[in-house]
Amino acid sequence: MNTAIAVAGVMMLALTLYACTGIADYGAGFWDLTAGGRDRGRLPRSLIDNAVTPVWEANHVWLIYVLVVCWTGFGSTFASVMSTLYIPLALALLGIVLRAAGFAMSKDAARARMRHLAGWLFGIGSFLTPFCLGTAVGAVLTGRIPVGNAAGDEITSWLNPSSILVGLLTVAIGAYVSAVYLLAEAHRHGTAALHGYFRLRARAAGVAGLLLGIGVLIALYADERQMADRVVQRGWPLLLLSLALLAGSFWLATGVRVWLMRLVAAGGIAALVWAWAVAQYPYLLPFSLTVQDGAADPATLRWLLIWFVAALVLVVPALTLLFWLDQRGELGEDPATSRPEPVEPEPVETETIR
Amino acid sequence: MVDRVNADLLAAPAQLLPAREQMALTLMFHIVFVPFGIALPTMMLIANYKGLKRNDTVALTLARRWSHAAGLTFAVGAASGTVLSFEMGLLWPGLTGRFGEVFGLPFAIEGVLFFLEAILVAIYIYGWRRLKPWTHFWLGLPIPFVAIGGAFSIISANAWMNMPAGFTIDANGQVTNVDPIAAIFNDALPYEFAHFLVAAYMAAAFTVASIYVVGWLKGRRDRYHRLGILIPLTIATVLVPVQFVVGDLTAVAVFKDQPAKFAAMEVVTESGTHQPEVLFGRYDSATNTVVGGVSIPGLNSWLAGGSVDTYVPGLDQVPPENRPSNVTIVHWAFDIMVGIGTLLMLLSLWFGIAYWRKRDVPDNRVFLWFAASAGVLTYIAVEAGWIVTEVGRQPWIVYNIMRTEEAVTNTDAGTLWISFSLIALLYLTLAIGTITVLRAMSRRWRQSDQTDDDLAVYGPRPAVADSEVTP
Repeated sequence: MNTAIAVAGVMMLALTLYACTGIADYGAGFWDLTAGGRDRGRLPRSLIDNAVTPVWEANHVWLIYVLVVCWTGFGSTFASVMSTLYIPLALALLGIVLRAAGFAMSKDAARARMRHLAGWLFGIGSFLTPFCLGTAVGAVLTGRIPVGNAAGDEITSWLNPSSILVGLLTVAIGAYVSAVYLLAEAHRHGTAALHGYFRLRARAAGVAGLLLGIGVLIALYADERQMADRVVQRGWPLLLLSLALLAGSFWLATGVRVWLMRLVAAGGIAALVWAWAVAQYPYLLPFSLTVQDGAADPATLRWLLIWFVAALVLVVPALTLLFWLDQRGELGEDPATSRPEPVEPEPVETETIR
Repeated sequence: MVDRVNADLLAAPAQLLPAREQMALTLMFHIVFVPFGIALPTMMLIANYKGLKRNDTVALTLARRWSHAAGLTFAVGAASGTVLSFEMGLLWPGLTGRFGEVFGLPFAIEGVLFFLEAILVAIYIYGWRRLKPWTHFWLGLPIPFVAIGGAFSIISANAWMNMPAGFTIDANGQVTNVDPIAAIFNDALPYEFAHFLVAAYMAAAFTVASIYVVGWLKGRRDRYHRLGILIPLTIATVLVPVQFVVGDLTAVAVFKDQPAKFAAMEVVTESGTHQPEVLFGRYDSATNTVVGGVSIPGLNSWLAGGSVDTYVPGLDQVPPENRPSNVTIVHWAFDIMVGIGTLLMLLSLWFGIAYWRKRDVPDNRVFLWFAASAGVLTYIAVEAGWIVTEVGRQPWIVYNIMRTEEAVTNTDAGTLWISFSLIALLYLTLAIGTITVLRAMSRRWRQSDQTDDDLAVYGPRPAVADSEVTP
């Protein structure tokens, strides 16, 4: 296979993993933000905190990986996207830092007020980041990024109906997939009270995502007809698969099939991401720059692929070990150094990390 | 000549200044967390090993607390590191767009190593309770090596900007013949990496020692504080002389590789032999002269080439538009770094001799105050060193190949000033938050030492008395 396409595939794979994990963490933050007052929201917030804290850094790394592979493998694309989309990407970055700071601090902040503030930072970041990243995807999809240093319009490239709808769709995707994951977490921890809570939210976000997805297609038809046709004509099997998996997750949520439910939900998101990739192929920046034309020197592409294989050899065993130890219950907060919970809501265990 | 300099400054695009300010701020912030990410795992593993080998609960307490603090600094470092990878495109699209294929690979390597480190750190931090003691230690052991690999990658990319290699530029100005491995192993890598790695260990070690010295000065003279001082201070004391040699080799290498940077560091205005070593002073770019400062005859030539007859090219040989944009800052930063290094050398000698004679923390107020300030001093030196590297390379982003103004984004300068202000505000909050949380942690631990909770490390073993921990 052609090395440039292989590297583009690796980048899309990392982006898919980020959509299924990192974006889901933002979704969890969205539920944290909307969980209501301090008393009412305690139980879901505690579950969210326990589910996301140990994994967000690892989930977040996929985004960094996408960025570095992009600027190494497709430098001109990276430069064009980042410079034209300075505003939404800087805002996404702001959200990332707020969110990370909220996480790093909330565990150890001594005062309740500061923990509350950290929760707010986390929540605001959780909306801002997926929305802005989504509008950036929308800008690329609608062909608003010309090749060059800030060659596109700084504002209308991302503030237009199609891009805004893709941004909202990204928020909905995160909210949906995280609600499914959290439902599974609630089941694992035997928090029956939260079953109905997250099942309702998963379904609501799923329906919202479906409507927004239809909205994106309609906007795309009015906005960039050629791309809309490509999405439908090439992407229809993936779109149908995504739809089927969405329905499947709704059905599985009734009986709470922990593993299957999570996989089906993530699969639905992955299908959607690849529908985008297939529609755009062979363009990196529709319709001006192709994967072949925008690719780095073959030597660099080869080394990126070699390093990708090496990375799999390094990371997969370590990740497997982490999950294996976790499933055996070998990992947990160190009570001697961690801040004790003020009022421990009894159903949520802190003993496992997931 | 005066007119030419001013014309050049006016020609610089308006977005260059805010872009450079934002990059400088975010890098100088991130660099604070790097030594902790690299060296704190080493120290916690040493304490862990000591604790297991000698069945020493005090050492184990230190190890688990250091690992907890490492978790926090690691998380904040992850966030500020993400900012930098965005900024490579947001601020410098000209650099990544043109040369990403040449120097991007080490960033991809670092990304994966960071991932690996995040996984291993998670296993280590969450493994204190139930893992078997030695299994836990062995699982933590790779962390420092993975961290060093990550630092190697990033420094390699920076060294490439100083000594670009691994490509050619053809007649049309296109980048061809890309060899990413040659780019990684560029000429500046050995000295830049060695110099930074030792500096990172020194900064983390002196900082950790400083924290316990402050407790010691407040009268908490127990074994917990003694170990908290002795472990890091021993590491630092061994490394300071090493850094003296590495630093000297680095300066000599910069003299050969980047004469303009060296001339700025030592504020050499006129080329020639018998160059004096000028301490501080102010450089006047209009007349290419130095005002004020203390001059030591011949020393600069001697340091650069081992003899006062060494010819040192001065700034007069560099066309004004290619001179570092702020020679005074580079020169002062260099002098501050070397000055602090010399002070730390004295501290290390003092500690070395005192410890050799008494086998304990020296009980001298001057020494203790000195040691308490060593952490901050080392960090000032690290920041100063970074300024020498980065500001000293200006006006080039890729030395002698691409000017910084060619790389900067065409985004409106107003937008950049707004984002710079927002980031400055955000980082201020983040810094205050991090310090507050670290202090809260230490307060909480002190309270738990007083209540002496009996949470034994490594699960349900018979609890060994922690009484030594209590002040």
